[in-house]
Amino acid sequence: MTLDTQFTDQKFKLVGSRPDRPDGVDKVTGRARYGADASAPGQLVGAILRSPHAHAKIKKIDTSKAEKLKGVKAVITSADLPDLTNGNRGNYDILENCMARGRALYDGHAVAAVAAIDAETARRALSLISVDYKVLPHVTDVDAAMRSNAPIVQPHVRTAGGEPSDKPTNIAQISTFGHGDVEAGFAKADKIVEKSYKTEQTHQGYIEPHACLATVGPDGQGELWVTTQGHYTFRNLCASLLGMDIAKLKVTSSEIGGGFGGKTHVWMEPLALALSRKANRPVKLVMSREDVFRASGPTSSTSMDIKIGCTNDGRITAATATLRYQDGAFPGIWGMLGAMTAFACYDLENVQSVGYDVLVNRPKVAAYRAPSAPMAAFGVESTIDLLAAELNMDAVEFRLLNAAKEGTKASYGPTYGPIGIGPTLEAVKNHPHMHAPLGKNQGRGMACGFWFNFGGQTCTDLNIGVDGTVNMTVGTVDVGGARASLSLIAAEELGIPYEHVKCNIGDTASLGHNDTTEGSRGTFSSGMATIFAARNAIEELKSRAAKTWDIDPEEVDWVDGEAVAKGVEHSNLGPLSLAQIAKASPNTGGPIAGHSETVADGAGVSFASHICDVEVDPETGSTRVVRYTVVQDAGKAIHPDYVEGQFQGGAAQGIGWALNEEYIYGEDGRLQNPGFLDYRIPVCSDLPFIDTEILEIPNPNHPYGIRGVGETSIVPPLAAIANAVSNAAGVRMDHIPMSPPRIRKAIKAEAAMHQEVSAG
Amino acid sequence: MANAKGSAFLLAGGTDLLVRMKSGAIDPELIVDIKRIPATQAITKTASGFKIGAGVPCAQLGRDAALVKAWPGVVEAANLIGSDQVQGRCTVAGNLCNASPAADSVPAMVAARAKAAIVGAGGRRSVAVEKVVTGPGRTSLEKGEFIEAIVLPTPAPKSGDAYLRFTPRTEMDIAVCSAAVNLTLGPKGVVTAARVVLGAVAPTVVLVPAAAKAIIGSTLDDDALANLAAACEAACAPIDDKRGTVEFRTEVAGVLARRAAKLAYERAGGK
Repeated sequence: MTLDTQFTDQKFKLVGSRPDRPDGVDKVTGRARYGADASAPGQLVGAILRSPHAHAKIKKIDTSKAEKLKGVKAVITSADLPDLTNGNRGNYDILENCMARGRALYDGHAVAAVAAIDAETARRALSLISVDYKVLPHVTDVDAAMRSNAPIVQPHVRTAGGEPSDKPTNIAQISTFGHGDVEAGFAKADKIVEKSYKTEQTHQGYIEPHACLATVGPDGQGELWVTTQGHYTFRNLCASLLGMDIAKLKVTSSEIGGGFGGKTHVWMEPLALALSRKANRPVKLVMSREDVFRASGPTSSTSMDIKIGCTNDGRITAATATLRYQDGAFPGIWGMLGAMTAFACYDLENVQSVGYDVLVNRPKVAAYRAPSAPMAAFGVESTIDLLAAELNMDAVEFRLLNAAKEGTKASYGPTYGPIGIGPTLEAVKNHPHMHAPLGKNQGRGMACGFWFNFGGQTCTDLNIGVDGTVNMTVGTVDVGGARASLSLIAAEELGIPYEHVKCNIGDTASLGHNDTTEGSRGTFSSGMATIFAARNAIEELKSRAAKTWDIDPEEVDWVDGEAVAKGVEHSNLGPLSLAQIAKASPNTGGPIAGHSETVADGAGVSFASHICDVEVDPETGSTRVVRYTVVQDAGKAIHPDYVEGQFQGGAAQGIGWALNEEYIYGEDGRLQNPGFLDYRIPVCSDLPFIDTEILEIPNPNHPYGIRGVGETSIVPPLAAIANAVSNAAGVRMDHIPMSPPRIRKAIKAEAAMHQEVSAG
Repeated sequence: MANAKGSAFLLAGGTDLLVRMKSGAIDPELIVDIKRIPATQAITKTASGFKIGAGVPCAQLGRDAALVKAWPGVVEAANLIGSDQVQGRCTVAGNLCNASPAADSVPAMVAARAKAAIVGAGGRRSVAVEKVVTGPGRTSLEKGEFIEAIVLPTPAPKSGDAYLRFTPRTEMDIAVCSAAVNLTLGPKGVVTAARVVLGAVAPTVVLVPAAAKAIIGSTLDDDALANLAAACEAACAPIDDKRGTVEFRTEVAGVLARRAAKLAYERAGGK
C-alpha cells in the first residue's frame, strides 16, 4: 500500500503553506558553502589553458618549461587522460570535451591544465606551455554547417535517422515525429501561414561559475566537492573516465548558485581529479566567467521553418516544422527535443516535425531549462498568432479551439491524460491583464508552452531522533527550494511540525544512486520517495507502539502524528506520539528509520500560458517589458513560494533571451562577448514584477498530484514577447534576440516597404 | 610616479584600474592611491564654479545640491556609471583618464566646458577636458602628471544641460552611443549659446559645433531639432562591434541629441 503512486486527493494540513526555507539564513548571511568555498590542507590551484582557435589541429604541446617552473606540481594534457571509454562514444565525447585530444574544436576548448601552489604561479605556468596549432577552417552558424561544402567538425559522424551514407557530415541526427497526412491536411486548409525564424545562442547565466575541490590519493580513493545538479552522475562519469571504482570516489554537492541544466554535465571536474592524482595533493579548480561562457554548455542557436494551415472557422488542418538546432562540437539530442515539443500544445490531426542536430565549432550544447522547447515554441506560437490575425480571430480563442486535451494523441506520440493547456488558456482569457488598456507604443502578446518533465531513480532516508525530530537525507540537489518542500511532505505524512524536520542533501557515500536534478524532477521524485520513506517509518513506529502495548501491529493506526490502538478492546490505551515512541526507541528495537529506493515513473506533463505587455521606443528600438503574467499548471503546489519563484525565474530568463542575450562570434570563430557586460542578462531594474497564477490539475501518477514546475516557465516567453513586440512595433519579429538594432532595422524595412507600396 | 621604471597608475576609485589588472590587460609596477589625500575628496564651490577633487566618488556628486542645481546633466551622467556600488567608488577624473570613447561623464563635462586641473613635476596646468583624451586608452598627460581635480564653471543664467545614453539594459551597462547638450537661452526662449557632444561614436568624444549652430537662434522648433540630429549623424564615425552597428549608433546618436536638447531647454526654463 505504501508504494501506491496513484493520486488520492489527500487533505493536507501543511502542504500548500509557505514556511521559511531551511537554507535561507545561510544563504542571506553568506554562510552557505558553494563550489568555490571548500578548502583542504595543502591544496593546489588548478588552471586551464584553452584554445584561442575555433578549429585547429594540435601538432604538439610542449609543457617542459611549465613543469620546471618553481611551485608547479602537475601539468596535464590529454596524454594524462588515457581513453578508457571502451567504445562508448558518448563518454569519449565527454572526455574529449573536457580536454582536446589532438584537435581543438571550439574557441575555449581545454588543451592543457596545471596545478600550482598559487594562482599567480598557475597563470605563469600556463603562459609557459607552448602549443603548435594548425588552424583549420571553421563553421559556427547552423545553416552554414548544413551546407555540403561546410568544414567538417567531427569526421566520424554520419547522420543518424538519415539516408545511409559514407560521406562525413555535420548533421549528426534527423528526428521525425508526427502523425496523419500533412499534405492532405494542407489541401483542406483555407489559410496557410509559412514562415522562417532564427534564434541566437544563449547561456543559462547561473551566477556561480563551475568550481570544485578534487582529492585523489595513490590508493585510488578520491573525493570531489563540486557545484553540480547531479553528484551521483558526476561520480559515475568521473570514475569511469579516470578508471576509478565508483565506490571509492565520494562526491559531495555544494550549495548551488544556479544551474538551469548547465550543471548536469561535467566540464572540468575530471581535469581537477587528474591533476590531483598526478600531484598527489588536493586541487581546487574554479572557472572564470570567461571560461564559463567559452567552455561550459550554452543552449542551441536555431533556424526554423514553420507551416500551419487551418479552415476559415479556425480549426488547424495540418502543421509542419523543420527545426535546425546547433549542438556545438559534439552530437546531442537538442533538435530532437525541439521536434518533440514543437506542437505538443495542440490537438492536431496531421502534424510532422523534423529536428536536425547539427555540429558547429562552438562549445558543446547542454540543457537549458526545458531544453530546446522555447525556440520551437517561438516559431510555432508566432505562426499561430499570424494565422489568428489572418482569420481575424482572437489569438486566445484560436488556441483554445485547437488545444490538446485528455485523450489527445500528442504530436510526439503518447496520448495525454488530464492536462492543463486548456485551463491555462481559460485562465489567460479571464485574467484582468488581458483586458487592461495599453499605452502609446505598447503591445500585448501571449503564448503557450509545454514540457515533458522527468522522474527517474531516487532514494530517500528518513531517521527519527530520540527527541522526535526527523533527519531526512535526499539525493536530489536542491536547486529551487526543494528542501523546504520535502520537509513539508515529511512533516505532513508523519503528522509533526515542519520545524521538526531537517532535510539534508546526502553525498554519494550516503545513499544509493540518484539521477541528476533535471527534468523538473526534484520535488516530483524526491517528494514521492519522501512519502514512501515516511510511510515506511510509520510502519516501524506503529510496530514499536504495538510492542509497547503488547498488541498486534495490525491493531495500530497512525493518526495525526500519533499511534492509536484500534477498537474498543484497546480503549484503555492512550495514543503514543512520535516523540514518545522515538524516546523509547533505544529499548524497543533501536533507531527508527524509513527508506525508499524507487524509480519515480509517471512525471506529469506540464503546460503554461504567458501574457506580456511591452513598450517599444520606435526611434531606438529599445523594448521595456511593462507587465508580465505567468499561468502554469503545477499539479499540486507543495510550497507555493517556490512554485511562484520557478514561474518568475523562467519568465525572467526568457525575457533576457528574447530581448538581449546572445553569443556573438567574430569572423575568426572566437566568442566576442564572454562576460556579463556584453552578454546582457537582465538586471533587476530591467524587469517588471512578474505576476503568477498557479493552477492545480493533479498528476494522476503521484500520490499528491505533483507535476514538475521548474522548466515549463521558460518555454512561452520568447514567443509571448515576440508577439507583444510585433504588436507594439507594427512589424513581425522573426529573429531572437529582438535587440534594439534588430527592431530598428525591422521597423525601417517595414516603413520602406510601405513607402514602396504606396509609391508603386 | 615620474621615477617609476614600468607603468605607473593613479588609483582613485579603481573601478577601471582593478578590472584591467585582474583581466591581465595591464601589470603596473607602481600604483599610487590618492583616496586618503583630503584635497582629492572634496567638492568645493569657488567664485568661478565648482572644483571636484580627483578622489570624489560619483555618488557624492548626486548629493551636492548646489552642483545638481548648476549642472544636472553632468551629475546625471556621473550617476549612470556602472551600478550604485560602482558609483560609491568611481570618479569623474578616473572616468576621463580611462580614455574610453564610451565614458558617460566625459560628454557632459565637455558640454559644460569643464577643465582638468593637472599637476606634475613641472607644476600645474589647466586643460579643457576635450583636450585630455587623444584616443581610446590614450591621454595627453605627460609621464608623472595626474589630474587633481575637475573644474566646472558657474553656468550662465538661463542655462541647462542634459546627458542621455543608449544602453540595452537600464543599468550595469556601457553606452552604445550618447549625447550631451548644454545650452543658454536669451529673451523669448531663443537659444543663444550651445555645446553638443557625442560619445561612443568615434575614437574620442566628439564636440559637434555644427549641431550647436543648428539650434542657436532657434526656439528648438522641429526644424532646428531635425537639423541638430542631422549634424550629429554627420559627425559620427563609429565602428561596428558587439555593442552596436555603425548604422544604429549613428541614427540613435541623432535621436539622443534631439532628446537631450529638449531636456536641456526645459531645464534652462524654455517652454
